[in-house]
Amino acid sequence: MQAPSISAAQETITRDVYWEHLWDLVVILTQKEMKSRYKNSALGYVWSVANPLLFAVIYYIVFGQIMKVPIDNYAAFLIAGLMPWQWLANSVIAAPHVFLANATLIKKVRFPRHVLVVSYVLNEGIHFMLSIPVIGGVLLANGIRPSWSWLFGIPILLVAQFLIVYGIAITLASLNLFFRDLERLTALFITVLFFLTPITYSSAMAPDSYRTVLFANPVAPLIASWRELFLHGQFSWLVIGSCYLSALGTLLAGTFVYWRMSPKFAEVV
Amino acid sequence: MTSICFEHVSKWYPRYQSLSYGIKSSLLNLPATIRSLKRERITVLNEVSFRIRRGETVGLIGPNGAGKSTTLALMAGIVEAEGGRVSVTGRVSPLLELGAGFHFDLSGAENIVLHGVLLGLTRREVLSRMDAIIAFSELEPSIHQPLRTYSSGMIARLGFAIASCLDPEILLIDEILSVGDLAFQLKCNAKIDEFKRKRITMVLVSHSMDHVRRLCDRVIWLEKGRIVGEGEPDTLIPAYEASTRARHAENRPSAA
Repeated sequence: MQAPSISAAQETITRDVYWEHLWDLVVILTQKEMKSRYKNSALGYVWSVANPLLFAVIYYIVFGQIMKVPIDNYAAFLIAGLMPWQWLANSVIAAPHVFLANATLIKKVRFPRHVLVVSYVLNEGIHFMLSIPVIGGVLLANGIRPSWSWLFGIPILLVAQFLIVYGIAITLASLNLFFRDLERLTALFITVLFFLTPITYSSAMAPDSYRTVLFANPVAPLIASWRELFLHGQFSWLVIGSCYLSALGTLLAGTFVYWRMSPKFAEVV
Repeated sequence: MTSICFEHVSKWYPRYQSLSYGIKSSLLNLPATIRSLKRERITVLNEVSFRIRRGETVGLIGPNGAGKSTTLALMAGIVEAEGGRVSVTGRVSPLLELGAGFHFDLSGAENIVLHGVLLGLTRREVLSRMDAIIAFSELEPSIHQPLRTYSSGMIARLGFAIASCLDPEILLIDEILSVGDLAFQLKCNAKIDEFKRKRITMVLVSHSMDHVRRLCDRVIWLEKGRIVGEGEPDTLIPAYEASTRARHAENRPSAA
């Protein structure tokens, strides 16, 4: 089997503006996502914050009040984990559908398709950033002051989470074109992952035998880092290191799957 | 100078349906799945070779399923060939089907930028052409309205205005000229004549032989993934029409 080659001339024409064009693609597709999400809803921003807040209230009542989880400041504890989780969960659940939703584009235009996933994850990330003031508000209400370490801690974790989520999302988006029932599996997977991630509980509460499972979860150090940062204004470089290790893992998997499958996208979508 | 060159290009699709049945069945019958992927191929193009020079307007004709759209997709770099070599020299601009790639919640102006960037230009380049595109589309009064308020004719006008103002070097046209009212078609035709004068390479897929005859310098006739004929429109189109009529006449008694 011989690979076809698009001759060098076509590449050189675009090369001098290659990065600018790629950046513009990301910006324009992210804007499109944002606009189409808010165009017909008056309460746009409120909705994206209301969802995790509602769950926080439910978990607070069920686990905090009824089951009396022995965690101080449980409301703040929940919010600090749920908001970043929301970014991950929303992106991953939607991921299998990203390429399918843009089928007409993929069939007709040649452009780097992974940008569709980048812009989707970025869009959810922007919503998370917009919800940071809400986290701050809940913390203040519980007597926790925002810390100066947020200034560099938040960007470091934002990048780590973007890379992890992008890696998972591009894997699922690519695979789903070939195995369509991945969409349903993903929803189950996210539910399982939610309870295997220390969000409603802390990993210190888990018995030793379960702790290895939690340790193997690539998302756990990320959520733990966010919570440490928000609640105590500190983070451990060791845990952040394992976040970036997870990021490397999901990126490698995602890049490999995308690289193998993307030439066939237009045929199967 | 050659702008598009196909050398012994073959393209086949496996029967992906066997995979789309789901993970469970394809994993349970893994050997069968792999075998079916290898065996059940649908050959769309079979050892196709041709060359299109710069500035030529070439029409692809043939019945449905002949491989015309696949040929365009190969030229645009959207799908890859399994065998042979495709080389394209120049920036390809596909003229999209009505509404494909448009977003209906965005305004006309926002869609121009979205579309232009997707077709390979930077935002700066699109914005510098914005006025020309709006003027050509004649949609100035409603350019900031969301696209869902547009009629299909207006959307077609917008699509053609974008594609034609982006300075393509190679324009791929798939059955688009038949949409829109008479005034729009006349405008399209005038623009295509202008492209011909500018020596822009154009490849046109159409079932309207009048279009092909009027616009094309050369015609490639495809049937079942092979080239049946290649030449002047005046000689090839009558032959194609005759063969189609003959087949139609052949089929009719059996259908009755």
